[in-house]
Amino acid sequence: MLTLTCPYCGVAAEETELAPGGEAHLKRYGPGSSDDDFESYMFARRNEKGVHFERWRHAYGCGKWFLAARDTATLEVFATYPAQTPEPPPEVIDRIKARRPDWKGYK
Amino acid sequence: MKRYSVFAIAREALRYHQGWEKAWKSPAPKAAYDAIIIGAGGHGLATAYYLGKNHGITNVAVIEKGWLGGGNTGRNTTIIRSNYLQDPSAALYEKARSLYETLSQDLNYNVMFSPRGLLMLAQTHHEVRGYLRTVHANGLQGVQTEWIGPERVKELVPIINIDGPRYPVLGALYQARGGTARHDAVAWGYARACSAMGMDIIQQCEVKGVRSENRRVTGVETTKGFIGTKKLGIVVAGHSGQVAEMAGFRLPIEAVALQALVSEPIKPCMDVVVMANTVHGYMSQSDKGEMVIGGGTDGFNNYTQRGSFHHIEETLRALVETFPMISRLKMLRQWGGIVDMTGDRSPIISKTPLGNCFINCGWGTGGFKAIPGSGWAMAELMARGEPGPLAAEFGMERFREGRFIDESVAAGVAH
Repeated sequence: MLTLTCPYCGVAAEETELAPGGEAHLKRYGPGSSDDDFESYMFARRNEKGVHFERWRHAYGCGKWFLAARDTATLEVFATYPAQTPEPPPEVIDRIKARRPDWKGYK
Repeated sequence: MKRYSVFAIAREALRYHQGWEKAWKSPAPKAAYDAIIIGAGGHGLATAYYLGKNHGITNVAVIEKGWLGGGNTGRNTTIIRSNYLQDPSAALYEKARSLYETLSQDLNYNVMFSPRGLLMLAQTHHEVRGYLRTVHANGLQGVQTEWIGPERVKELVPIINIDGPRYPVLGALYQARGGTARHDAVAWGYARACSAMGMDIIQQCEVKGVRSENRRVTGVETTKGFIGTKKLGIVVAGHSGQVAEMAGFRLPIEAVALQALVSEPIKPCMDVVVMANTVHGYMSQSDKGEMVIGGGTDGFNNYTQRGSFHHIEETLRALVETFPMISRLKMLRQWGGIVDMTGDRSPIISKTPLGNCFINCGWGTGGFKAIPGSGWAMAELMARGEPGPLAAEFGMERFREGRFIDESVAAGVAH
């Protein structure tokens, strides 16, 4: 079972306690933006096989949204960090690079 | 290809079955083809078959990373139905269902299509209204479905509990012409027919890159070297995102795990397919007697071909509630497949930013039933370069244009 540690309350939460929220760090586009930008924000997804950054909510715990870096091919969790983070923090990137030397990096 | 027939069985019986030939050839790839299909699952093989049969294009290779039909084609619960709400889906799935009716004869391969009937239980008043709407829509679309009351449900499925404590059965959407087929045989039958037309089915050959010039594909880099092609079809389900990335575009798709399981075999007890979307489970009985069970997907991106245990628990809890007699049944096997989910839960049969490259994906949790129709529509798209009437609404530009084929609301969970 997938276990993620909530960065707010520190609980190592099991999957049944959490609600998945899709890809993290999406750049949001609203009214007035180009069709391309709006479409890619709304629908296009990286859908990585490997390192993936995603949103989770500690639904049956503290209720807060947080972010996780996880490998979708092995289910290994690299890190969890607060939702108020516009892009993956350097220490998370470093930790992933240490575990996945051939990772092509974020972006 | 030697035809399979009762005479062939008699002939082989007289010579200790020494004369059966291999169902399909396994040649080394040629330097170039008129068309390459990536993915030898049901949809890829059906695409190749109808390219040859309907459009006369037989210089075709179907390239497969693993083995033929080893992905979702071999991992589903084999249910066939076409009781969809939206017109484009109903047309496409009904085309597939009608092709299934004569598929064994067309392919000269027994796909064991069993139109045993299919029930979608309504267990809330909301669902009753939804399915009544679907029945009326199906009437207009020419898809034969009917609304039946709980007594008729009990008649069709004696083992069902229609007075469940949480969700009593209020009726059902019944498609008498729905049913099941032998999933592996569908892939094998198409593969054999493709091979007989002179197409090359190349297994254990992974695509590593897509080569293109001036926004046109020239060929694919594979583990067996470069193979040139005039047209490319990407039909790889869960791994569509990876292949699309090689071709340089991004898809509105996320890959998640969907599980299924079968019980130990028991005597015949249920001769229809029953889907219970409110409580999240569906069940049918295979010809071997196993109860074939499916449920919901995991919510997070996953490529591991195994799912979360708590979904099995949810599914079985729902089914024990619906069919109390299965409570002591042991589960024999469980497996997972990677399904490609689009935003509107409808598939993509589409042109791509590369002029001669086409993609067929996004079948999500309900691809098996669509295999013949999907192949038919994809072959038309690849042969003409433009979608025919079946595929027209399924282009991926619909996400940009806001023309969703919104079955996620229409069909609930078991899509």
